[in-house]
Amino acid sequence: MIPAAFDYVRASSVDEAIALLGAHGDDAKLVAGGHSLLPMMKLRLAVPSVLVDIGRLPESSYVRVDGDEVAIGALTRHCDLVGSEVLRAEAPLLADTAGHVGDPQIRHRGTIGGSVSHADPAADLPTAVLASDATLVLQGPGGRRTVAATEFFLGYFETAMNPDEMLVEIRVPRTGPHGWHYQKFVRRANDWAIVAVATVAGRVALANMGSRPLRATRTEEQLAAGASIEAAAALAAEGTEPVQDMHADQNYRRHLARVLTRRSLEAAAG
Amino acid sequence: MQVSISVNGVARTDDVEPRLLLVHYLRDVCGLKATNIGCDTSSCGACTVHLDGDSVKSCTVLALQADGTSVTTVEGLATGGEMHPVQAAFQAEHGLQCGFCTPGMVMAAASLLAENPHPSEQQVREGLEGNICRCTGYHNIVRSVLTAADSMAQSATGSTAGSR
Repeated sequence: MIPAAFDYVRASSVDEAIALLGAHGDDAKLVAGGHSLLPMMKLRLAVPSVLVDIGRLPESSYVRVDGDEVAIGALTRHCDLVGSEVLRAEAPLLADTAGHVGDPQIRHRGTIGGSVSHADPAADLPTAVLASDATLVLQGPGGRRTVAATEFFLGYFETAMNPDEMLVEIRVPRTGPHGWHYQKFVRRANDWAIVAVATVAGRVALANMGSRPLRATRTEEQLAAGASIEAAAALAAEGTEPVQDMHADQNYRRHLARVLTRRSLEAAAG
Repeated sequence: MQVSISVNGVARTDDVEPRLLLVHYLRDVCGLKATNIGCDTSSCGACTVHLDGDSVKSCTVLALQADGTSVTTVEGLATGGEMHPVQAAFQAEHGLQCGFCTPGMVMAAASLLAENPHPSEQQVREGLEGNICRCTGYHNIVRSVLTAADSMAQSATGSTAGSR
């Protein structure tokens, strides 16, 4: 499968990438690892006329402690999240979840910024970012702004990011080594989740239970009110309208959400 | 557009269309046909090559994204006429049946062992999750990778003990 023809330009800085996005408008797409975009281009589901390659921007791949948060550069690859000792110590949910993305080859190319910007509701990292109460740092022509993860994901492949903005950093609270878990249910080794659940610090997020990653709000409220894990997890699918496909109907996905939430909370409780 | 890539240790510069995929560049421009195109959807791993030492699926990389990098295909894995330990182990343990997945399997295994020189059997199975063998010959493939790990560990320590 061959993508439709496009013009290619490599940005040497974030500022240049944003200027190029501004110059080419809706026809331009950023590409980093390309492991979400290129498959869509090969299927001609995406037909950008200009690709702005940000894959090798200097100093955009990092994981470092910054006050009460861990700051992660948007171009940090999944394999570098998995291997980051800082992340393993300070926000291990993200390091572990990154290891569930695709397979080793995909983790060598894909980036956290690309996965979060792509906003696939079945993807691993957006769900972990949402459970982490992360803050997303966006840069546009007018400078930087921050958006809470809870406000970022709007729908299928749709985010609060403007077309001329770029996600430059993901900031997650330092949680320490305990109290987190990621449960992913798949039928084949490197598939997207049929349903997945990320939990950390009493927060619970669900993958593939709607048009965007969702917080299991009722479950979180019950946990905060002192309910048992079993009672709280029983409410994990409340209000969800998950997709029906060849893998699972809505009822089965809701069942999975409840079961995986219970398992995830039990594992997080140690 | 112009792309400069070191392919199996040989620096080359070629004019390519932006949409040219790395796998097509390797096969059709460089004439290196060992890297197979299987699923063409980054699922099967047949097209696995090394990009600056990391295993990647070359059907999902633009040739232009590899500009300035070193790419190694299975043709470039042997050194000085001597097979790489992973290749030797695949031969010794019969880690192939039809052979279609083998170039990608060998490259994925070599990358896996570079990152984790002493994997458990489970780690080998998980490390090869991105490579599908449609003959389902996984048993011997996993055994080949474990044998390669042993032989690489022995050569690293200079031991002359026989292989397992």
